[in-house]
Amino acid sequence: MSQSKNPGSELPLQQQEEVVIRFAGDSGDGMQITGNQFTHTSAILGNDLATFPDYPAEIRAPAGTRPGVSAFQVRFGSADIHTPGDQPDVLVAMNPAALIVNIKDLKVGGTVVVNTGQFGDSDLKKAALAKNPLKDGTLSAYRVIEIDINKRVSEALKGTTLSSKEAQRCKNFYTLGLMYWLYSRPLESTLKWLDEKFVKRPELAEANKLAMQAGFNAGDIHELFQGRYEVHACDVMPKGTYRNIMGNDALAIGLVTGAKLANLDVFLGSYPITPASGILETLSTYKNHGVITFQAEDEIAAICSALGAAYAGHLGITSTSGPGMALKGEGMGLAVSIELPLIIVDIQRGGPSTGLPTKTEQADLLQAIFGRNSEAPMPVIAAASPADAFEVGIEAVRIATTYMTPVIVLSDGYIANGAEPWKLPKIEELKPFPKPFLGSVPEGGFLPYARDQHLARPWVKPGTPGLEHRVGGLEKAHLTGHINYEPENHEFMVRMRQNKVMGVRETIPTPNVFGDSTGELLVVGWGSTKGAITSAIEKLHAKGRKVSSLHLRHVWPLPKGLDKIFGCFQSVLVPEMNMGQMARILRSEYPQHNIISYPKVQGLPFRTSELIAKVESLLEK
Amino acid sequence: MTPEAQAPLTKKDFKSDQEVRWCPGCGDYAILNSVQGIMATLGIPRHQICFVSGIGCSSRFPYYMNTYGFHSIHGRAPAIATGIKTANPELSVWMVTGDGDGLSIGGNHMAHILRRNVDLKILLFNNEIYGLTKGQYSPTSPVGLKTKSTPMGSVDRPFDPLSFALGCGATFVARTIDSHLKHMERVLLAAAHHKGTAFVEIYQNCVIFNDACFEDFAEKGVRDEKTIDLKPGEPMVFGKELDKGIKIVGWEPQIVPAAEADLWRSDTHSPGPAFVMSQLHLDPAMPRPIGIVRDVRAPIFEEAVHDQLRAAKAKRGAGTLEQLIYSGETWMV
Ligand SMILES: Cc1ncc(C[n+]2csc(CCOP(=O)(O)OP(=O)(O)O)c2C)c(N)n1
Ligand code: SF4
Ligand SMILES: [Mg+2]
Repeated sequence: MSQSKNPGSELPLQQQEEVVIRFAGDSGDGMQITGNQFTHTSAILGNDLATFPDYPAEIRAPAGTRPGVSAFQVRFGSADIHTPGDQPDVLVAMNPAALIVNIKDLKVGGTVVVNTGQFGDSDLKKAALAKNPLKDGTLSAYRVIEIDINKRVSEALKGTTLSSKEAQRCKNFYTLGLMYWLYSRPLESTLKWLDEKFVKRPELAEANKLAMQAGFNAGDIHELFQGRYEVHACDVMPKGTYRNIMGNDALAIGLVTGAKLANLDVFLGSYPITPASGILETLSTYKNHGVITFQAEDEIAAICSALGAAYAGHLGITSTSGPGMALKGEGMGLAVSIELPLIIVDIQRGGPSTGLPTKTEQADLLQAIFGRNSEAPMPVIAAASPADAFEVGIEAVRIATTYMTPVIVLSDGYIANGAEPWKLPKIEELKPFPKPFLGSVPEGGFLPYARDQHLARPWVKPGTPGLEHRVGGLEKAHLTGHINYEPENHEFMVRMRQNKVMGVRETIPTPNVFGDSTGELLVVGWGSTKGAITSAIEKLHAKGRKVSSLHLRHVWPLPKGLDKIFGCFQSVLVPEMNMGQMARILRSEYPQHNIISYPKVQGLPFRTSELIAKVESLLEK
Repeated sequence: MTPEAQAPLTKKDFKSDQEVRWCPGCGDYAILNSVQGIMATLGIPRHQICFVSGIGCSSRFPYYMNTYGFHSIHGRAPAIATGIKTANPELSVWMVTGDGDGLSIGGNHMAHILRRNVDLKILLFNNEIYGLTKGQYSPTSPVGLKTKSTPMGSVDRPFDPLSFALGCGATFVARTIDSHLKHMERVLLAAAHHKGTAFVEIYQNCVIFNDACFEDFAEKGVRDEKTIDLKPGEPMVFGKELDKGIKIVGWEPQIVPAAEADLWRSDTHSPGPAFVMSQLHLDPAMPRPIGIVRDVRAPIFEEAVHDQLRAAKAKRGAGTLEQLIYSGETWMV
């Protein structure tokens, strides 16, 4: 670490390669806003980064209690970053509950910034603490910075018209200012954001600016820290234009992009549910792109309205999370039967039932692949990170329209709310795949269930003269689509639908192996575990370990070539945030290989360190 | 211009090539016949028409119409129809449902399509029974009805479809009877010309599982005495000689001589009078109300949706890929 003089300050300036900060406070303390602002500013500075918001299911759990703690972790740096980090270097704790819930994660020797203004007896009691953790040795392994933020904010806002209660709501911006100072970040982006956010209440914009400036100044004036840090822009990020993006937004943009490339208008039918609501909310702002959003009366109506719109010639999309997926099952079956494109987005969360609404999980995989009555095959693809969700959105549209099939897109709470810099594609590099509608009776007559080379049937918009026809969920005769109950026809149609979906394999790539193409162990991931797996493999490579990894975007059907790849390794390790669902699929598809499951079901993503330890334990055996 | 728009259509043009598979004598035949008949008079080309249904005997209807058609899943036709009509407001969308399909499993969707006022026509075939599943009671079956699932008689209180629709804020609510062809035609035409969701309950006889359940009032010999045809703007009179009338006194309808009958208004500010009339027959001395119970105008759902799209495009320009992707704060590396 190099040191230099800190301009405008007596304190030394140190360079750091990367830092993990966790902001923790009460749900009412605005920690998510603080974290997002810090992230945004760091992104614009050119850091690579990843975030992990972690908040309770209750909007306002009783103030000051442990269940009410809301946290936001951000890792930013000048090197390539794949995860929000296992352990924070800095913990900001706005109250005793936030401190006690989060302190065990802080790196030994790390810094904890504590708001002592919130450590009175009643605060300790709300956090169910008998003793004050600031005084009982709990923090002996850390560097503790004590600041009475409550008091400092009151002082800073003395001259304003805000009531003392309103003034206290600016505490998070004081904290943000302090962290901006500590990591030498500019305030401009947040100042601009405050002006936009409080355009109707400029006095609040002003107050928050004052609080942020006070926090920023406090670093120098009060000499709380021994120095400031600098984290340079990431120099390994590929050249291009970037934007900071959260997973739900990236997926929404990807789906609309896909629709535009397919020359279709979007109709989203959706019913609010955490953590999927963001898709509905974001798409509802794209009206000038011709996007129709319909907040239906329930998830069944949501999928059915989207299917109706698909029948009418729109790109039908429905977005939900696990409980909503359960309700959509029959609608998905109908989509399989009438063979129309439809995109079903499942932002997975912890279950069963209502489960852990705000926590992440990957346990809807088998439900997505198989969870419908009878033989109802459907392609399933999964996003690996917030930025990857954009590409997955486009890919879903490509598959749905090419094969005239419903497609399930799996994401999860970790991707949905996490953020990372997204390298924007060049517009001219996005290849259109326009979907033609049948516009008139073809030579030889119109057959609603005729097939093209992908076994896809024609898409006909009602309103097209001469092509009037009926569709429905009853089994239909090959070609004519008339109701047909004959045994042979049924088996023929079941196989036809199956072959069509399995045929998606022909147009998807075999995934690359990261690391050597042969060896002892191959780590296979899918969905949001990619960042943690990549980090772990990089660290293992640095240690000279012989291990490789492979990540699946297409989880059903699986891409071609896996058998050959698996055959080059002694075993295949499958870490996933469920009880081993992908491992089960791989075992049944590739029974000749040694598939080892590594499940984690805590509502939390894998830590890099956990994966490293698991791999090392297997390699040592 | 399509050739169809030039040559006037006939009832025959609306018959599909599919064999109709209802039981002989089923009331559904008469309804199909009537609908095909009025379709020919509407001047809408076949390719602009779409029939959507759920599941049930009644829901087989779209297969028999030579138009676009979508036979969907049990109870969900309102949601599918809403998606179709919202995606393409140009289409003339008709929904066919049953008392179980539309009011039991699909009751929630029915409530919401009615409150939204999507511009489409709903035909609810009420036979007070589950036909397709072979004769269990439905939410409109009377208390005491013995069916396969109620061997000792049903203990469920039924609800009245018209009252339900009025409660949901429906803008057009009417009732007709499968065996009363002239009446059915008149009501269907009024529904077809309504702008907004038109809800038409059709008493439909299921010869197999609930035969003659409407006979008491629908049978030709007694119909004039036992029903009252509500015609907007006309006196509420009934009887073979049209000698009796209804007057609403206080909150209670009373039978009075025809000359004293109230004028029927289906467009009152409050749906109160319509609600009172929809429940008329709960008093066994009163005739069964048929005809047009409510007919008002309200904003159309899909028009409002498309107005917003147009407004957004006017304000921000039709969105391009560039705008979509390169928005928010961006930076260069
Ligand atoms: C999800 C689901 N549950 C149950 C059924 C079985 N089912 C088919 S039609 C029907 C009732 C139909 O009654 P109604 O809507 O009154 O139509 P009708 O046959 O009398 O015209 C039932 C229960 C089904 N098809 N789907
Ligand atoms: S069961 Fe009843 S409703 Fe169904 S087709 Fe036969 S008669 Fe008609
Ligand atoms: Mg019925």
